[in-house]
Parts: sequence; C-alpha cells; structure tokens
Amino acid sequence: MKKVVTGNYAASYGAKVSRAEVVAAYPITPQTQIVEKIASFVANNEMDAEYIKVESEHSAMAACVGASAAGCRAYTATSAQGLALMHEMLHWAANARLPVVMANVNRAMGPPWTVWTDQNDSLSQRDTGWLQFYCENSQEVFDTTIQAYKICEKIGLPGMLVLDAFILSHTSEPVEIYDQDRIDKFLPKYNPRYKLEPSETHAFGGLTTPEWYYELRYKIQSAMDEGLKEIESVGKDFGKMFGRKYGLIEKYRCDDIDTLLVMSGSTASTGKEVIDRLRDNGERIGLARMRVFRPFPKQEMRKLAEDVNKIIVIDRNISFGNEGIFFSELKSALYNENTDIPVYGFIAGLGGRDITMKDIEGMIKKADGKPKDIIWWGLK
Amino acid sequence: MKLTIPGEELMGHGNLSCQGCGGSLAMRYALKALGRDTIAVIPACCWSIIDGPFPYSCLKIPVFHTAFETAASAASGVSAAMKIKGKKTTVLAWAGDGGTFDIGIQALSGAAERGDNIIYICYDNEAYMNTGIQRSSATPYGAWTTTTPAKKFKSAPKKNMVEIMVAHKIPYTATACIAYPEDFIKKIKKAKGFQGTKYIQVLAPCPTGWRYDPAKTIELSKMAVESGIYPLYEVENGIYKISRKAKNKTVKEYIKMQGRFSHLTGEVIDEMQKNVDKEWELLIRKEEFYGHTKE
Repeated sequence: MKKVVTGNYAASYGAKVSRAEVVAAYPITPQTQIVEKIASFVANNEMDAEYIKVESEHSAMAACVGASAAGCRAYTATSAQGLALMHEMLHWAANARLPVVMANVNRAMGPPWTVWTDQNDSLSQRDTGWLQFYCENSQEVFDTTIQAYKICEKIGLPGMLVLDAFILSHTSEPVEIYDQDRIDKFLPKYNPRYKLEPSETHAFGGLTTPEWYYELRYKIQSAMDEGLKEIESVGKDFGKMFGRKYGLIEKYRCDDIDTLLVMSGSTASTGKEVIDRLRDNGERIGLARMRVFRPFPKQEMRKLAEDVNKIIVIDRNISFGNEGIFFSELKSALYNENTDIPVYGFIAGLGGRDITMKDIEGMIKKADGKPKDIIWWGLK
Repeated sequence: MKLTIPGEELMGHGNLSCQGCGGSLAMRYALKALGRDTIAVIPACCWSIIDGPFPYSCLKIPVFHTAFETAASAASGVSAAMKIKGKKTTVLAWAGDGGTFDIGIQALSGAAERGDNIIYICYDNEAYMNTGIQRSSATPYGAWTTTTPAKKFKSAPKKNMVEIMVAHKIPYTATACIAYPEDFIKKIKKAKGFQGTKYIQVLAPCPTGWRYDPAKTIELSKMAVESGIYPLYEVENGIYKISRKAKNKTVKEYIKMQGRFSHLTGEVIDEMQKNVDKEWELLIRKEEFYGHTKE
C-alpha cells in the first residue's frame, strides 16, 4: 500500500510496523510529528505499545534502555539539543549492548537558536557506539527503521537513523508501506538471550575492573565489524523481500569515472541530478552516497577510490578546529592504502542553508589543483 | 513472640558494604518485603559497589545498574516492559539521597506525575557517601561534610523530599528507618498494593560519613526517630498517619553521638531543636487536618 507521508511520518510508520513495544519520547522541533503520530497509533490501538511521555530526552533514552534490558523492542526519536541531552544514555545503551532504535532529525545546534538542518548533532555522537544511518528519502527512513532493528538485534548495538530537518522531515512523498505479515516474517519478535527476568538473577552493568573492561570494549568493536556485514546482508535480504536493496554506500553512476563526489542525506538526491547533467556532458563523475557512517565502511570506500583520481566531499557539518567530518573519516580510511589521491573537503549548508544544484556544480568545478582540507562554500 | 519479618534472605553474603552500613540493612529488609518477583534498578550510589564487582552480585534478584540520574526513568522503562509483557513483577528503583534529592529529582518527578508503576526507595544517608562524604540536599543543617567543612558547615536545611513527593499526589509516600524493620517492611508491603509511583525514604546511617562507632548504627537510628528529627509517617492517598508518636529524645542527645556535628555550639543546637519541634508540630497538625478531611 502506498501512502503520501512526510519523512517524520515515515519514521512513525517504521516504528509501528517494526512492532516497537515500548516508546519513550519527548517533543522537539522538528521531530514532534514522529511522536505525535505514534501517540495516535497507540491511542487508536493500531499499535500495541507502552508509550511513556517522559519529561526529558535524557529520561527518554533511560526508559528505552530499561525497557530494552527487560527484553522489549524500544523506540524513541529526537533532534539536536535533545540528542545532546541524551548523550550519557547513548553510551549506556551501546555499552549495555541494547538494540534500541531511534530516529534523529538532523537539526543544527544552538546557540543561536535554529531549527534547520545540519549534521553536527548526530555526528557529535560519533563515538557512543551507535550505528548511524543517513537517509536520503522517506521510503528509506521507513525501510531503514525495519532493517535497523534486524541488524541491531543481531549484533547487540543500538542504531540511529538520521533524516534532515524539514527538507526530509516535513516533505511529503509517496512511501510504500508493506504488508504487516511480510514485515513480521522479515523481523521476528525480539527475544534476547539475557534480559531482566526474576528467574535469572543477573546483575547488568556492575562495577568492572580493568581486568575485564578492556575486553568488553573490544567486543563492541567486533560487533561493529559484524555490523558492516550485517548491514549488507540485511539490506540484500530486504531487497529480495520488498524490492528495495540497501547497503553501506549507494553508488550512483560510479562506473567508468575519474572523479568521485561523496555526499550524504537528502542533499545527495540533488547531487544525483548534478551527476546526471554532468554525465550527459561527457564528464566522468559519479556519486557515493554515504548511507552508513557508523560502522564506517572503510573497505568499500577504499575500493571506490581505487578507480578514480579525485575525490570531492561535501560536508553539512564541521568538527571545529579541524574540518568536515565525513571528509576526515574518508581521508583516514584511505591513508594506509591510497595516499596519493587528492581529496577536496567542502563545508556547505550549515544551519539549513540550501545546497542547490548550482552550488554542487560550483564545488565540483572548484575542486582543482592542490587539494585543500577545508573550503567554505558560499561564505558571505 | 511471632516473627513478622520474612525469613527468606535475598541478599547474600560477600557484599561490599562498610561495617555498620545502614544502606545494606535497608536493602536486606526491603527484599524480604518485596520477595523474589522483583527487578531492581540501581543508579550510581553506594549500592553500585555494595552489590559486588562483575561478575558477582550479592542480590538474588536481577539488577540493572544505571546512570546516576536515571533510577526512576530506567525503572519506568522496565515497568512499561513488564506491563506490555503482562507480568506482575515489582520494579524497584533503589537510589541514594544524592540520586534522589539532587541529580535524579527530575526523572523521579516525571515518573511520579505520570504514575508509572514503580516502588522508589531512597536510602537516605544524608550525603554523597560513595564519593567520599560530600554534601547533598539531604544533608541536615549544621553537618560537616568534605564540601561543608566545620568552619563553614551546611547552612541550608535538609530538603523535604517526602513533602515534594506528597505534592505529586502519588498514592503512597512513607518514611522509614532501619531500626524499625517491622514498620519498614509493613510499609513496603503496603506500597506494593498500590498502582502507580510509591515513594519510601528510609534513614540509613553511615558510620563512615557521620563519624560514629559502626556498632552504634541501630542505636543512633532509633535516636533519630525518637528525637523527632526523622519522624516515621506515611501518607496514603493524601491522608497523613504518624507511625511512631512518642518524641522523647533531644537533638543534643542525637548529635553528640556523631562526629559530623562535633563542631556545633550550644546556640546552634538550640536552634536545631527549635526547628525540629516546629516541624514535629506541623506534622501532627497535618495528621489532624487530613485525618479530619477524611471523615
């Protein structure tokens, strides 16, 4: 069944069809519609879930952590300041190995107050142990919610799917909502081996000395490595079942190219239009859309870099005192393999400023000569 | 004499509490009251340590260790999970006074306002004891702590957390003391009978932080109640009931046993006595007033 829904509602439907059992959420612009829609699903008995209307995002994640530890599929959604407030509990969810799934609507951080998009909120949570999926459109938001539960429950880590404020969160487009029976077949009920259960008197997360802590961290890194494979394989299975295949990186017209453009989020769809136009003009350029940021798809990126002689990264984010974050990560992935490819790092569209086709074409043109680590595009 | 305290021990040997720890006695009694079908959520507090290091736990119930300010919110999540699974398991949030009066008050207020089905027990040792005796908002007026040195002792009164919880109009709020285990257990069992958020605050003296002989924990605890400094009472659906009416000890007798008050002069002690008398009087009037409205 196709429905015309916003990116936000696509997230709500994703939580519903994934049969999230406990939802704990706090409102923040531009995420509000996600939790409003879930509230109406629960109120109308369309969704069999306990919905805790918590008093803060910190409590939202704490409640999700508690529910997940007790063996339930838990869901929340937030944005920007709310995600930052959750920070401590993001670590808790990952370190406790709990597969909570959350939607984060990418909104720039204040001050000054802003509600428009950039990626600094989610990228600031880079090292918390959460998988991060950057979605391009509403269908992907819906599809990724279902996949995220399957992947996260397999590897025992939480997952965040990210959608751009307004550009995606508030834009309506048709989304195919698959039959619940098929979704249930794809994503069976969550039943973890260890949970809070009076017949099994485990203590979870107790004081751990240096004798064991280190190994527990190694296991999280191993789970992330497993996640790389799991994302590919679940994405492939999803394709077989529902007709839409997903992976770590979406390669758009990457055959026979000398220049690779790297983008993420909804802006990548603008990038695709630019690629089409340039390819029609005979230019050998393709686009790599980074769908997954954590775990970082190093091998895939290296493979893509093998056949090109120039890489251009457009970052809607910045690590202050350094450079664009996707750019940094990509360069670091290449360092031990392909050190001589020039990589150009552009910062664009912070705080929701439009990144138009003209901008992208301009950046591609400017990426020439000695590469620079940071080029501010369109600075007034 | 009939023993009213359940015999089953759900707190095992080998716990890491200090000698004379009021907090460990409090847990032992609480679990006797709650029984095996209980899940404990414990934020950062002495009990993060007392329970035992990985892979050990001295409790014969499942324990979820959580972040400092999340006893109530994580317990809300566990409680929601029990509800959706159709289980009757009791969810116990077990936190110290710092985790309750200070950093966890927001989450607790949220859970109480929503009426999430949890029993929240605050074992009150009147300071951040696990981090080494720093003042909390539960620290009483006049007390020495490492952050309120004797020369500049704690000048603010203890926050009245019990009344804050009563103001949430939750079904059941009570104070308790480890020196009165029958009363404590009776209150926990009563709390278990209510749906919604229940709050019990149990005085759990800390010999390390209060500076007294660990052998005197029970004696001192009794004195806290007998002097009216820590009155035992319960508030059931808005109706106050004082559990122990006799007030036959003085503030002076209570504080002279504790090194944390050893710097106090007679004047300050007199002032403390006046405040205790005033609070006691107020409590009696509340009992009369609300008892009257009941009729």
